[in-house]
Amino acid sequence: MKIQVDMDLCESHGQCVFAAPAIFSFDDDDILVHAETADESLRDAVEKAAAACPVRAIRVHAATGDAAA
Amino acid sequence: MSSRFDEHGILVVGASLAGLRACAALRKHGYDGRLTVIGEEPHLPYDRPPLSKEFLAGETGGADLSLPVAGLGITWQLGRRATRLHLAARTVEVGDGTRFPFDGLVIATGSTARLWPAAPAGVHTLRGLDDARSLRAALLRRDGRLLVIGAGFVGSEVAATARGAGIEVTVVDPAPQPLHRAVGEAAGEFVAALHRQAGVDLRTSTKVVSLEGVGKLTGARLSDGTEVPATAAVVALGSAPATGWLAGSGLDITAGVRCDRHARVLRRDGTPAPGVVAAGDVTRWPHPWADAPGVTLGHWSHAAEQAETAARSLLFPAAPARYCPVPSFWSDQYDVKFRSVGLPALADSADVREYDLGARRLDVAYFRQGRLIGALTGNRVARIAAYRAQLAADLEGR
Ligand SMILES: Cc1cc2nc3c(=O)[nH]c(=O)nc-3n(C[C@H](O)[C@H](O)[C@H](O)COP(=O)(O)OP(=O)(O)OC[C@H]3O[C@@H](n4cnc5c(N)ncnc54)[C@H](O)[C@@H]3O)c2cc1C
Ligand code: SF4
Repeated sequence: MKIQVDMDLCESHGQCVFAAPAIFSFDDDDILVHAETADESLRDAVEKAAAACPVRAIRVHAATGDAAA
Repeated sequence: MSSRFDEHGILVVGASLAGLRACAALRKHGYDGRLTVIGEEPHLPYDRPPLSKEFLAGETGGADLSLPVAGLGITWQLGRRATRLHLAARTVEVGDGTRFPFDGLVIATGSTARLWPAAPAGVHTLRGLDDARSLRAALLRRDGRLLVIGAGFVGSEVAATARGAGIEVTVVDPAPQPLHRAVGEAAGEFVAALHRQAGVDLRTSTKVVSLEGVGKLTGARLSDGTEVPATAAVVALGSAPATGWLAGSGLDITAGVRCDRHARVLRRDGTPAPGVVAAGDVTRWPHPWADAPGVTLGHWSHAAEQAETAARSLLFPAAPARYCPVPSFWSDQYDVKFRSVGLPALADSADVREYDLGARRLDVAYFRQGRLIGALTGNRVARIAAYRAQLAADLEGR
């Protein structure tokens, strides 16, 4: 699956980091960094992260196709 | 699925974050029956946090606040205020006497801002979109002086937003520092310094005794004998769970709708009311860190997360989910992003690890009986994840 974060929307709330620490983290300047792809086994955690984001900045795509979340 | 809901379906009272997230979770977990949402406001669900920040500053239009409702198959009953719950008959009555029958009920009526009795015109509260619109209109006139009564999160954010728009602001609070009860002395002092540096006239350890003005606000009299001029005021004295409509229902509504750790609603005898769950600001529920009868949280993430638990407990009563979160909230004031995890309000001591007004950075760890119970950072969100992990580990051991 592919993970996209709209960095114009992201306000560093950190909810995604709590939900899926393997995918999302902060650098020393409080800027979000994240993996752009992830194994399907992490889908549940990534979807939780997307749902937890207060500004809905996270999009999850199937590896090949359209937005799924 | 599940024939238990086949006759009347599931009814949600409260058309905001918790109610909507409950609906989304019900659908996600396979509920495909009737879903009706009753909401007092005429609006579809929207996000409240921007109301004291970007929206109030005039930066965002109303549309940007809306929460996603598409594809959930909800029958909306908006502009209708629930006035009674008849638990035995399994109906909810609204203002005009119409009764909505239900098989399953989600209570998500949030909380209501405390009001100032007999306030003259020009005195606002800030809870909903309509409140924010009228306050914004008053601020956009930019010709007056704003009085903020109460320096909690909403009061402090409003003061920051108004200062950002160049408006003269006076903030009055009976505590020695802003946010004192929620985050303690050091963090409170940090916020006080932010206000003062921004030119806010901050009056702490002081109460507003009376609001002056015949018909229209002109100023306020304070407990230290002084008077402050004001053309508009915001009453930000906190909020109370919106449980009025549940009086006489047999549910336990002392200081919020009392729930168990599965978000099931308890009756006055302490047993769960069958098929009734609740979520969000309206609830009081047990948390391992808190003494009985538990905590009430006015945080965005709490509303979103507890709603998920409530939906699952309603659909799968034999295997109800457990709600045991590390609470978290944020607050944006001036150029500082405050982020918090845990329950700092319950701490008995605090360790200030960074306090740098110049760099606008703050890092405070909170303890109860020597154990970490929460943390607050300002412009240091990268540190919050570690605190949260430690708190999550503590909860797992309980
Ligand atoms: C100005 C403001 C700023 C905030 N900023 C932040 C922030 O920065 N960070 C953060 O974590 N949290 C913040 N919050 C808190 C967050 O918005 C709330 O925790 C969240 O909205 C709670 O959701 P809820 O659905 O439980 O309740 P609410 O959002 O209060 O929704 C309850 C709904 O039920 C309706 N209702 C009430 N009684 C009845 C009735 N009898 N019949 C029918 N409908 C009824 C109400 O009209 C309302 O629409 C802020 C809140 C406000 C007001
Ligand atoms: S939860 Fe959303 S806003 Fe917060 S850091 Fe993640 S993407 Fe950014």
